[in-house]
Amino acid sequence: MKLRVYVTLKPGVLDPQGEAIRHALGSLGFEGINGVRQGKMIELDLAEDDATRAEAMAREMCDKLLANTVIESYRVEHA
Amino acid sequence: MKAAVITFPGSNCDRDLAVAFRHAGAEVVHVWHKDTDLPAGTDIVGIPGGFSFGDYLRCGAIAARSPIARAVVGFAGQGGHVLGVCNGFQVMLEMGLLPGALLRNAHLKYTCKTVGLRVETTDSPYTSAYAEGSEIRIPIAHHDGNYTADPDTLARLRGDGRVAFRYTANPNGSADDIAGILSENRRVLGMMPHPERALSDMQGSADGKRLFESVMSAFAPA
Repeated sequence: MKLRVYVTLKPGVLDPQGEAIRHALGSLGFEGINGVRQGKMIELDLAEDDATRAEAMAREMCDKLLANTVIESYRVEHA
Repeated sequence: MKAAVITFPGSNCDRDLAVAFRHAGAEVVHVWHKDTDLPAGTDIVGIPGGFSFGDYLRCGAIAARSPIARAVVGFAGQGGHVLGVCNGFQVMLEMGLLPGALLRNAHLKYTCKTVGLRVETTDSPYTSAYAEGSEIRIPIAHHDGNYTADPDTLARLRGDGRVAFRYTANPNGSADDIAGILSENRRVLGMMPHPERALSDMQGSADGKRLFESVMSAFAPA
């Protein structure tokens, strides 16, 4: 079963890279950009084929390694 | 005094850190990240700077889950001394030995230069040989040294005098100008600047020497 994990900085944590992207988009002429947040997407291919168990496994992976929950939050989706 | 210096794939300050400990008079044992135990009789663990595991996923994240990490966390939990410099600081935060996290530098640039630090407390085994409030010059070399923590944690660090060093001119956007912090029992120090690169005037500053001398005197027989 394939899952996608999205890891992003928590709201309120300054994202200097997102800010740099916002400025670059502005200089390309894009208007009305209220904000840009950068994150990462991790694809997992798991042998587990029970959706609930696979999701629980992915969450445990996030808590233990994939996300730094001090500053990041995560979301697990079925790919 | 016996110092165990850990090497991860991508560590590049492990030998410098060993030299610094050795110059202060310590016996140094090098420990590989795949080892599961620290050498018997280890007094202090040094986690060096570098780019452990290529900074993959997050700086320090993979190193903090390596086999030796469990031993280091256990050692600190039993009151052991641990010094982490630069990437070593990042690894410590990922291990949960110290609170907070290090973000990308606010200006997004990798910065390599000697900066001014203020010694904020001499009440630690790492800073006892400095004069409180004195300004020292120590090099930094990092891309992700922008310290952040929630407001309660920052207030606690301030209130308990656990900020060991502050930048005199903030080079990376770090919260509260923080350059290095201590654990609650003051035996764990994580810092972005490299004291092991400031041992002699030939290196531009010898101000890092006292940190290692402080550690030595903490272990000197009374």
